[in-house]
Order: sequence, then C-alpha cells, then structure tokens
Amino acid sequence: MLEHDVLVIGGGLAGLRAALEAQKSGVDVAVISKVHPVRSHSNAAQGGINAALTDRGDNWEDHAYETVKGSDYLGDQDAIEILCQEAGQAIIELEHMGVIFSRDETGHLGTRAFGGQQKARTFFVADFTGQAMLQVMYEQMIKARVRVYEEWFLTSLVIEDGECHGVVALEMITGTLQIIKAKAVIMATGGLGRLYEPTTNALICTGDGIALAYRAGAPLIDMEMVQYHPTTLKNNGVLITEAARGEGAYLLNSKGERFMEKYAPNMMELASRDVVSRAEQTEINERRDVDGCVLLDLRHLGREKIHERLSYINEVSMDFLGIDLAEAPVPVRPGMHYQMGGIKTDVNGATIVPGLYAAGECACVSVHGGNRLGANSLLDTIIFGRRSGEAAAIYSREKVDKQILESRVSQDENHLKEIMARGDNGDTPAKIRREMGVTMNDYAAVFRTTEGMGIAREKLRGLKERYQSVPVQDKGRVFNTNILFALELGFMLDCAETIVVSALERKESRGAHYMAEYPQRDDENWMKHISVKNTPGGPTLDYIPVTITQWQPQVRSY
Amino acid sequence: MEVTLNVKRFDPESKEQGSHFQEYNLEVEDHSTVLDALVKVREEVDGTLALRCSCRASICGSCSMRVNGHAKLVCKTKLRDVIQHDHKVLVEPMNNMPVVKDLVADMKPFWDKVRAIQPWLQPDGAAPEREYIAPNATMLHLTGVMSCIMCGACVSDCTALEVDKNFLGPAALAKAYRFLGDPRDDAGNNRLKMYGESGGIWDCTRCMECVQVCPKGVAPMERIMSLRDQAIQAGFNNNNGARHTESFSELVKHSGRLDELRLPIKTFGMFNFPALIGLLPVGLRALRRGKMPPIIHKSIPGAEKVRRIFEKVEGKK
Repeated sequence: MLEHDVLVIGGGLAGLRAALEAQKSGVDVAVISKVHPVRSHSNAAQGGINAALTDRGDNWEDHAYETVKGSDYLGDQDAIEILCQEAGQAIIELEHMGVIFSRDETGHLGTRAFGGQQKARTFFVADFTGQAMLQVMYEQMIKARVRVYEEWFLTSLVIEDGECHGVVALEMITGTLQIIKAKAVIMATGGLGRLYEPTTNALICTGDGIALAYRAGAPLIDMEMVQYHPTTLKNNGVLITEAARGEGAYLLNSKGERFMEKYAPNMMELASRDVVSRAEQTEINERRDVDGCVLLDLRHLGREKIHERLSYINEVSMDFLGIDLAEAPVPVRPGMHYQMGGIKTDVNGATIVPGLYAAGECACVSVHGGNRLGANSLLDTIIFGRRSGEAAAIYSREKVDKQILESRVSQDENHLKEIMARGDNGDTPAKIRREMGVTMNDYAAVFRTTEGMGIAREKLRGLKERYQSVPVQDKGRVFNTNILFALELGFMLDCAETIVVSALERKESRGAHYMAEYPQRDDENWMKHISVKNTPGGPTLDYIPVTITQWQPQVRSY
Repeated sequence: MEVTLNVKRFDPESKEQGSHFQEYNLEVEDHSTVLDALVKVREEVDGTLALRCSCRASICGSCSMRVNGHAKLVCKTKLRDVIQHDHKVLVEPMNNMPVVKDLVADMKPFWDKVRAIQPWLQPDGAAPEREYIAPNATMLHLTGVMSCIMCGACVSDCTALEVDKNFLGPAALAKAYRFLGDPRDDAGNNRLKMYGESGGIWDCTRCMECVQVCPKGVAPMERIMSLRDQAIQAGFNNNNGARHTESFSELVKHSGRLDELRLPIKTFGMFNFPALIGLLPVGLRALRRGKMPPIIHKSIPGAEKVRRIFEKVEGKK
C-alpha cells in the first residue's frame, strides 16, 4: 500500500507551497494531482500578488483594513491580520526562489495598483503572475525531490473513527484505484467555477476537494459568496485582468460614459469587484450596453505599456475577438470567477475532521468574506498553503500508524463499475452540467432573488435525480475522461446545492451576495458566517460569528 | 460552419493493434477553435475520445496536439485558419512522445529532460535580507522565456529529437536559458558545461520548427543559439559542436565560402581517425551523386570583402 506522512491533494500554488513546507519539516510528503502541477489553474491568475512592504512606505494594517472592507466585514479579522502581516516576507521568499517579479527603476521590486486598495501594493510578472509563480514553485518541487502522483484523480477520503487516514484515488494512465495512506491530508484542489456557465475558470475547476471534504463531514462556510469578475471577454468568458484597470483602463457604456462615476466616485474603475460587477450589470440591464457588454478601453495606455505589462490579455483579445487593445476598446461583462467560501479551516488550515487540512480556493479561513480583493488570492495560496503544510507535518509526526484494510478500495471500485454498467438513456454528464451551469448563472449570479434561488434549488434537485442514472459511453479503464466527468459532475452538484441553500438563507445584501428583496447590509442580524454541513437529511445550516479584532463595520463606499 | 475532424485514435485496451482514423462531421460557430470542436465531439458525439485540455485560454499548456501535421495549442487555433478545402482538419497526438490513448501523449520523457537541466535558481551564498536587486530590463527580457507554458509543442515537432532521442530538446533548453539570463543565478559556468555535453545545445540542427510552432513566442532555437554563444565565450569550446561553429566561420572568413572538406577535419581533429572514417559513407554518397566538393578549394572573387565584413562584426562585439 502506498503510504506517506502528509499527502497534498492538488498541484496548484497552495498545494505545492504546502508540500514544500511539510517537506522542510522533515516528514515524508507527496502531492497528488489530477493534472500535471504546471497545468493547475493557479496559472490563470494574471494581475499579481498583494503585500504591504514597510520599506516601500506601506503597512500591513492598511492592507488588512482594505481587505476587511473589501470583504464587506464578513472576513475574519484575525485571519486577515495573519494574511497581511506575513505577506511581505512571502514576497521576498518567492523572489528568492526565482520568481522574476517586475522591478522599478532602482532594480527593487515594482508594484502596480489594484482594485479596492488606495496604495499600489500588487507585485507582478507582466500579466501572467500566477503562471510565473507556479513554474517557479514547481522548480522548487523538483529541487526538493517531492514525489508527485501526476494525473491521479481522487475518488474519496478514507475516514475511520472520524479521522482522515488517506485517500482512494484513480491512476488515470492505468485506470486502477489505489489507497494512498497518509497521516494527514491537505486539500488544495482549487475552485468550482465549472458549476457556472460561462466562467473564467478552467475545465478542471470542479470543486472536487470541497465536495469530498463536505461528504466526509467537514462543514463549508460562506458558500453563497461567489465572485463575478468585472472584465471577462465577450463570447467565451476568458478573463481580462484587473491589472488593465490598475494600469489605468476605463470602463465605458454605450454612450461612451465612464459610468463608474455614478457608482464609485472616488475609486472609479478600481472599486472592489462586487461593486464594479453590479455597476456593469446595472448598465447592461438598463440598456446602456454594447451587445450585452460594456467596453474596456486601454487605448490611452499606449502600445508600449500594453506590450510590456499586459501582453497576455492582448494576446487573448487578438486570438478570440481580433481586437488589438492599443487600437480599440474590448467588450467585456461580469463573469463567474472565484468562490470566496469553501471548507472551513482555522488559521493553520485545520478542518474539524482530525487529519484533514485545506488551503487555497477550496478552503475558507475566511480571509475574503463577502468579496475577495484582486491579487489577494495568490497571497492566500502562499500564506495558508505554507501554514497548513507546517501544521499537517506537526500533526503527522505525533500520529500513530493506523491499519487500513486493502478492501476499502472496493467501495469506490463498485461505484465505478456501477456507473460504467448503466445503460444508455439519452442523457450525458455534459447535458446535466450545462443545465446546472446555466441555472447557476441565471439565478445565483450578480443580482439574486428569493424566487430565482428557489427555482435554482428545484432545478438542482431534478438534475441530482438524473445524475443517479447518467450513463457514460467510455467503458475502458485507461485514461477514461468520460467517467471522470461523471464523478466531477457529482462533486459539482453537491457544491451547487450548498451555494443555493446558503444564499437562500442570507436575507440581506453583503459583498457578492445581492438579494433584490433585501438590498441593504444588515449587520445586526447577518454579520455572521453561514455554515453548511452534510447530513443524511441533506445540507444542514448553522451560523458562526465573524471574528472582529480592530475594525468595526462601517458604511462601505468606494 | 461545417467541419470534418479527422482524428487519429488509439485505444490501448482494444484487441485491434495500432491506431486508426475516425471522422467526425460537425456544425460549429465561425469563431470556434479546434478545441471547441473536439470538446463538442467529446460531449455530444463520442464520449470515448480522450484528450487533455483545461484553461481554454492558452495558459495551462494541456492541449498541444498536431493539427494538419504541425503541433498547435488547439485552444488557440481557430478552425477557419486550418480548415482545408474539403472542410477537413487532421488532428493527431504530439510527435516524439509515446501515445497513451487517442490525443493524449505520455509526457514523461519531456519532464525527465526538464529535470535534467537542474531547473531551479542556484544563487551563490545566502540570500540577502530583502529582494535581490536586478535591472528591470533584464527581468523583462526573461519574461520572454518565462512565458513558456511547457506545452510540448516544440518537442513534438523537433526534427533533431526524431533521430536523436538523447537530445534535451527545445523546451528544456529554453528553460536553461532562463537561468543563464537570470542575474540571481550563479551556476552559469556549471550550467554551460553541462548543457554543452552530448545531447545538449550542440545537438540542435537549427531547423526553426520549434520557433514556428511555439504558441507563446518563446523562440527556443534562438535561446539555444544564445547558449552556444555564451558557452564559447565562457571557453567551453573543446567539443565538436563548438569547433564546428568556430571552424565554419573561420573558413568562410578566409575564403568567402565554406571549405566543406576541411570543415570535418577542423571539427573532429586531423588525427581523430574513427570520427573521420565514420564520415566516409557520406563522402562516398556525395561522390556518387556528383556532390563531392573540389579537392582544391578556391576563394571566391572579392573574398577580402567578406573578411572585412567579419572583422567589422567582430569589432562590434
């Protein structure tokens, strides 16, 4: 039986950072990922990573305050303080590992402006910061000789006596299921964007870790908080970085007006994402749109700056729309981008299930609360990836070995065989996924209503029913992506249900959650997290108070 | 738009040996990519088709495969740019790698070679308390290679790798270049020595395929040429590759054109009989086809002008 002290699930930035830290503390660590680590969705983070460096005249309290304000006072301030205090050191450490951050004219690290923040504190590599960081983090994995199970797909967690003791996973290239025993497991599986159609997220972002932890008894929190990014490309929903606006781009409506004047007179285009997305959607709904979009205008930045700092988004807008950003504005609209909620953890990544940790987008500490600031997600992966790696290593050292029966694998094997044995009924995982995606995008988006959420809940119930008998065409074992889609769809449907029930519960508007019937923030009744737990009777809700340290809620305007 | 994807299929579990082609007729949007079409097949027509893909935006590097015979990132490839007169598009897995199933290539050899170049920053001594100071222009220059997404397109279409499995290949060597160009890395000489060994920078045949197929403009071959330059500058010129390059330019400088008979002698050394005897079959074939260079090599008219060009260029360096 394969066995490790610490097993990290997911090869993105949170997972790799966790693995490196665990390895450094001398325990035996491995990473398992359903794609090669450098294919992970951390790649897609474009704009940068936030940190307040004191030698730049910045301070972490300002960063923390703006993160708290950005979260619409739903973020836990103890966790946000850790995030912002440790950020500076993390940037220096990344630089030492080899990330080729952009410099200023003195050769020191340079910064750019980002949304929801008064100071320019976003460190960056052109507009592919995530990719540049992920490549370097993977270099460090090669250097440290950490074992990576590439293209292994998680089917379940091994839970015995309420503790996590490893996983069952499918080796895709052979199609065999195996147990990998571990004293501690760190979930770092990223987001769940594919619940929505369209989304900026990659096809692999299917909420696997969130659903598996939920099934294993770990509660999820803040699931109703789904971020719509203000600038996603017309047609295919590909992301256009906030750095475009950070560098000075304008948002225009069909009349050519910089409409953000009306919604955020001080911060304009650099208000926080929930605010900008709602503003755009309002313009679109009130018919000041251009073909269902608003326009992002970069022309005044000049070709040189675009080429030097925003080359990737110029590449994608040329590729997909034939638009040269130096010549013409590009049509954009709000698109599903990020899940603020996730597996509830403490500041060391621990869930309530002993032996199970989580970090990155699949986790919720909660540092993002109701709305994540741009360039805080990369920071989240690095800070809480490191902390969970350290904590899991310590836990694994004190943990005595537990016997796991080889036969545990047969549960999952039987499930696979049952799916493959289903007869054709005209349905496919793709059809169900698309209906789910459209439903979520119609009803659980920028503007929500109780009625719409109710429709979504009913619709999801029907899709879950259909899911029980959905057949797959591919009956082989080697690299059977067909069966993986079916399994992923099961994860996504579970996640979708938790989003909708949490959103129905929150009877106010806060951060990314805007309910037409309750347009105001209601601190008296709703300054609390909604937690959702899997029980035999379905999702069960509970409340968790928000931790406040030094910032009392105030009116939020930009 | 109507399209027929002609897809090379391979099922390792099938009783039938080898691969076969399968056609899929589809109706797609005018702006669709090859990936859009393949995903449509997988979701609506044939769930057994295996391929890798993830980000749909040319950043994850998953979906490299050959389209009409050349490696492409299919999420970045518009159907209308590759469709033939008969509406057909040929789709095959990457070359120079074993096939796992259908369009899925086994990239293990690719990653083994990336690992072989010691792909991590190797500074000398302890790190400074704050960041390393580095000129922005240098870092900007490195973003050109750092934008490599390890998709494997260049390796798929590398003509040197086709005949020389030992060759590190364009992707690994482009990554190698990134460390040589990084002012924080202090292992330069070790690296140049290592990359100059058999299978390294001198094995590239300069066919330009990697430059053409790279979807991110990394231009691996140009990086390899720069590494050669750096290796010679650093004095790592005691090998066939470096001697070949130096002799080539020396001979052209001398007579205005290449003395093809003296080139191997200067490259391998006058008394390196095994290597020279190894060239005999080539020589005999050339002789048979009337392509043997003249025994007595003559300078071209105006050879001294060529020499002056060389001197001018060398003066500029």
